Amino acid sequence: MIAIYLISAALIGAVVFFNRGKVLNYSLSILFLVLQCAFTVYACLHYNETSLYYFTFDSLGIIMLLTATIISIPAFYHSYVYIEESEEKTPRTRASYFGAMVILITAVSAAYFANHIAVVWIFTEVTTLSASALIYHHRNKLALEGTWKYVFICAISITFVFIGILFLSLSSSNAGSDYLSYKNLLAKSSSLNYEWLRLAFLFIFTGFTAKLGLFPMFTAGVDAKDKAPGPAAALLSSIVICMGFTGIYRIYVVIANTPLLHWASLVVGIAAFLSLFIATVYMIKVKNLKRMMAYSSVEHMGIVMLGIAAGGIGYYAAILHIVLHSFVKSALFFQYNQLYKVFQTKNIYQIGNYFKYNTTGAVVILLAFISVTAMPPSGMFVSEFLIFRSLFEANQIAVLIIVLFLITFIIWALAKNIFKILFIPVVDFDESKVPIISPWKSLSQFILLIGAAYLGLNPPAIFVDLINNSIALLPH
Amino acid sequence: MLHVTLIVFLMSLFYLSIANRMTTYIHVLAMQGVLLFLVAFLELKSITTLNLIFVLLETIVFKAIAVPVFLKYLLKRNHITREAEPFVPNFVSLIITTAIVVITIILSNHMEEARLDKIFFVVALSTLFTGLYFIASRRKIITHVIGYVIIENGVVVLSMAVGNEMPMMLNLGIMLDIFASVLILGIFLNKIGDVFHDIDVDQLTSLKDD
Repeated sequence: MIAIYLISAALIGAVVFFNRGKVLNYSLSILFLVLQCAFTVYACLHYNETSLYYFTFDSLGIIMLLTATIISIPAFYHSYVYIEESEEKTPRTRASYFGAMVILITAVSAAYFANHIAVVWIFTEVTTLSASALIYHHRNKLALEGTWKYVFICAISITFVFIGILFLSLSSSNAGSDYLSYKNLLAKSSSLNYEWLRLAFLFIFTGFTAKLGLFPMFTAGVDAKDKAPGPAAALLSSIVICMGFTGIYRIYVVIANTPLLHWASLVVGIAAFLSLFIATVYMIKVKNLKRMMAYSSVEHMGIVMLGIAAGGIGYYAAILHIVLHSFVKSALFFQYNQLYKVFQTKNIYQIGNYFKYNTTGAVVILLAFISVTAMPPSGMFVSEFLIFRSLFEANQIAVLIIVLFLITFIIWALAKNIFKILFIPVVDFDESKVPIISPWKSLSQFILLIGAAYLGLNPPAIFVDLINNSIALLPH
Repeated sequence: MLHVTLIVFLMSLFYLSIANRMTTYIHVLAMQGVLLFLVAFLELKSITTLNLIFVLLETIVFKAIAVPVFLKYLLKRNHITREAEPFVPNFVSLIITTAIVVITIILSNHMEEARLDKIFFVVALSTLFTGLYFIASRRKIITHVIGYVIIENGVVVLSMAVGNEMPMMLNLGIMLDIFASVLILGIFLNKIGDVFHDIDVDQLTSLKDD
């Protein structure tokens, strides 16, 4: 099935990319969504089976794929709205936009299930290529700058991952490409050479941070989300982040079963803490709404990786948090385009009194704000609370206090900006040009936000089982 | 002989760190391509002929000819000035490159002996970090690209070290190199040359937080 999925998705992507016909583009996009759903159902039904030798439908992969499929349906809908309402649309930009999106979602889905680190690496490279086509959508100077930075930093980080893989192969006493599947690495983790494993982990971790949006390579993602169209930015800040997480998590599982666990958690913890710190600094001074949302992703990935570093209940909370963050952040980016249509600017100083112009949209932003800051009715409160508890249980009280302090700053900065957007009128705003936006266009955002709250507050037993299975290999 | 080639490769890094002109950089890159071919020829004894032809194409045709020719074409087309204009004096660059090499040698002594010749490790890692330093210390976008090509050369050296045992990794490394270089060089540098007439990183600072 995965062969059929990959081949037909690649074909659909290629045909959409090169064909400029409107009807064909949209019908093929719908066909791809059907294929994506069918693949998701197939993966769930064939739980823990290996397909095509290099792909295993394991728990973590299924969680991530379900998230990706749920998000990609509204992503296509909002892309349709975005492209059709945009003034600069041409058949060429539309075709390359949807073609790149199909390829991106396919590559990400395949990377979730890959059980061999070199295969993950190949699909990561495909996401760089397709994401750069999405970022370059506007084809102007700024988009070019964003794309250039994204491609350059991703190229360097993908090279880092490759060097990490080479070191990983050197850490084993016997050679062979089979050796690098996660299963083999885990089985032989006790016989690995730890010095080489250390180097390998450093390089692989650094490389994947470009996709995860963590210190040190986070800048690529921020510029990309700023320049990409809203729905594409939603994908970049949800499913691509999940892919970066999968890449790091799977190698972390290997290293966690060696005596290097403490060292690795220290590395992850330092990177996470620095990400939080940097996110705080930028959030306070940022004036571009989209970049503010992107830095908020950096903050949340810092929290997720703190959970991984702390261990214990933190593992569970980290996976829960990254899923909920994907729902919430994609809803926020889907909503962003409506906001832009009203105010025609990203500058927070020129946006205000949104409740007056689009009440439904304003409610979405308010709910998303509550979710992003992890206030009690939202699901992310639960996961963030559990991560803090794991820090407490790991006796990292000092870290916990500083983290809480930083998060307070972030909440202050977010609240200041979001409430300005929602309630405070802007001077000299011409109300006559405000378009009327149908409330139905916000429906998917409500579903995503409410879904995130539901998953956090009352997770279904099967979801809890899946998370528990995916962290079963980590030491408790 | 193999060690001599690798040491010459290492020396070319020192030369890069004190060179001033863009054309010198490009010539050194071409020379590194030839050296990589020599390394491949001397080291990869147990791989298939087909694989060897692939490696040969990568090192000689791609690294020693295609990339330098293309970079020269870009220099001409975009009227890039001949000086590299680094942020730091060349003397400091030389000291930093030396420090990088010394640190990698110390690191390699610290590593337990694996199935890897240590000199490969030293050359590959110092090339990687020199490339990163190159990117950080030069002003033009094209020197960033050259820095990236240097990093890739280091990766090729490292993948040759495991090439006898795992030809798959070697091929993957070559694919990465060609794919990423073509992407970076071909599409974007061309586009950037059209849009930004004076190619300087100072121009790429519009994406800001305010």
